[in-house]
Amino acid sequence: MDIKKITIIGGCGKDGQREDLEGFELKMGDIISIVGPTGCGKTTLINDIEMFANQNTPSGRTVLINDETVPEDYSFDPSKHPIALISQHTNFLSDLPVGEFLQIHATVRGAENIEKVIEETLDFANQLTGESINRETGMTELSGGQTRSLLIADAVIIGNSPIILLDEIENAGIHRTKALELLKRYDKIFIFVTHDSRIALLSDFRIVMKNGCMKKIIHTGEEEKRAAQELKKIDDIMLEFRKLIRGGEQISEEIFNEHIKNIQHLN
Amino acid sequence: MKLIVFAGPPTCGKTTVIKQVIKRMIAKQLKTAYIKIDVLFADEDENIKRDFGIPTKKIYSGELCPDHCNVVVLDEAVEWAENEGVDFLFVETAGLCLRCSPYVQNSLGVVVLESTSGMNLPRKIGPMLTLADVAVITKIDLISQAEREVFRYRVLEAAKEIIIVESNALYGIGIDPIVKQIINTKEIEKPMFLKGNPPVGTCTICVGKKEIGAKNHFGVLRTMENELFYVGE
Ligand SMILES: Nc1nc2c(ncn2[C@@H]2O[C@H](COP(=O)(O)OP(=O)(O)OP(=O)(O)O)[C@@H](O)[C@H]2O)c(=O)[nH]1
Ligand SMILES: Nc1ncnc2c1ncn2[C@@H]1O[C@H](COP(=O)(O)OP(=O)(O)OP(=O)(O)O)[C@@H](O)[C@H]1O
Ligand SMILES: [Mg+2]
Ligand SMILES: [Mg+2]
Repeated sequence: MDIKKITIIGGCGKDGQREDLEGFELKMGDIISIVGPTGCGKTTLINDIEMFANQNTPSGRTVLINDETVPEDYSFDPSKHPIALISQHTNFLSDLPVGEFLQIHATVRGAENIEKVIEETLDFANQLTGESINRETGMTELSGGQTRSLLIADAVIIGNSPIILLDEIENAGIHRTKALELLKRYDKIFIFVTHDSRIALLSDFRIVMKNGCMKKIIHTGEEEKRAAQELKKIDDIMLEFRKLIRGGEQISEEIFNEHIKNIQHLN
Repeated sequence: MKLIVFAGPPTCGKTTVIKQVIKRMIAKQLKTAYIKIDVLFADEDENIKRDFGIPTKKIYSGELCPDHCNVVVLDEAVEWAENEGVDFLFVETAGLCLRCSPYVQNSLGVVVLESTSGMNLPRKIGPMLTLADVAVITKIDLISQAEREVFRYRVLEAAKEIIIVESNALYGIGIDPIVKQIINTKEIEKPMFLKGNPPVGTCTICVGKKEIGAKNHFGVLRTMENELFYVGE
């Protein structure tokens, strides 16, 4: 399936009320975010997209690919499913070693050089985790952060799908700036469900949700882009502190001032 | 009469799937009846009757193996459904025995597997999977997409021709393709026959011998190291 455009047509919110936003469109290369309070229906929205909802999900939304609906029994060759969904799950239930799991998944996805993609996937994942993942580890033994890192790497490299939906990648303590940096090297549609201002402001636009409804769409303007640059500095400093604390350091006044001085330049 | 047999390990989601299917059958004004076969306890029939007002029944197999029970009562069950004036009979089996399989020729055999049950399940359940027409993989909401793809691969590895449907049965996602298969099922022909060959053993345990060890039994036997052998006339 050659995807040029995806259209999401609104349905109903939690109490059956019409969604304020009639819908939105995505083109290849778009990066967007979905934001809103916990429980407002963000995950539900990306699940609808992943399943090509056709008024057959509780929200009654419709998803069009190149202006057409996808019939429910349209059977994708699973190796060509155009959408990879990285769910909020922080644990695997598959009782297989990582190496065997990736090997089967790469086979399902029709990889040409299986050994190479497994290597690349583990390498990608291990750039996001604290302690590295190896092939012999059982999938169920991985920590929350390791699980999410492996899910992201698997979707991007083994899945190789043109559309990637990511549910709260900032969770579980993975290296999220590194993740963003690595992800942006791939030319795909990215949809981030996020509570993170840095990720939201990096998007071309964001969908704001409440009570199961898509409320509005906000395009990231020049002013917001400038604000994002400044927020990035603050965020980087926070990450430096996180690294120090994780590494067992104490935050002395001297260390604090040393790190914080970049921020003071902002004023 | 179209006969749809649902099998699958305990708590895999058979009833949840069936309820979603019945809801859609009713919306299409199709007439269905439901039978649950279980060993000691079942209340699905009462719930389904209450929720949908269709004819339902339960059969306790008690002393009999539930799949055995299924074979001996199914002709009467079909007659019952005919008298109720319905066109589709759904049978939910207890799904305990993994050696026999409950599917009948010209019926639609639906095996329900939960995606959370471990990657080796498809290799373990034999004819319950390999003789089914449709495999419904439930609880996909609880696992990642990558795991779904790997689980599906394992199912296809065990049953190459099977039609796979992935479902979040709680939310009714992925049910329409099952309904379509059900509607396209052939009418059953009488007398009915099982799809697969029953196991070769005559079960001396079933007939009440309690002693442990091959020397105390007859029929098709084996010891720990030896393959099958036969003792008897
Ligand atoms: N999350 C989730 N839970 C499900 C799904 N399908 C079924 N369940 C739950 O799994 C449990 C067992 O479901 P049942 O439909 O009763 O299973 P069953 O196969 O009929 O069980 P027995 O007849 O007792 O063998 C229930 O708590 C269901 O709500 C699903 O797709 N997702
Ligand atoms: N449009 C809708 N119609 C009906 N129910 C909905 C709708 N949107 C969301 N829900 C229900 O609301 C609940 C919470 O939704 P969801 O899990 O998508 O929230 P979330 O925004 O992802 O939350 P979190 O930030 O905690 O991950 C779910 O039970 C979901 O089924
Ligand atoms: Mg969510
Ligand atoms: Mg049941």
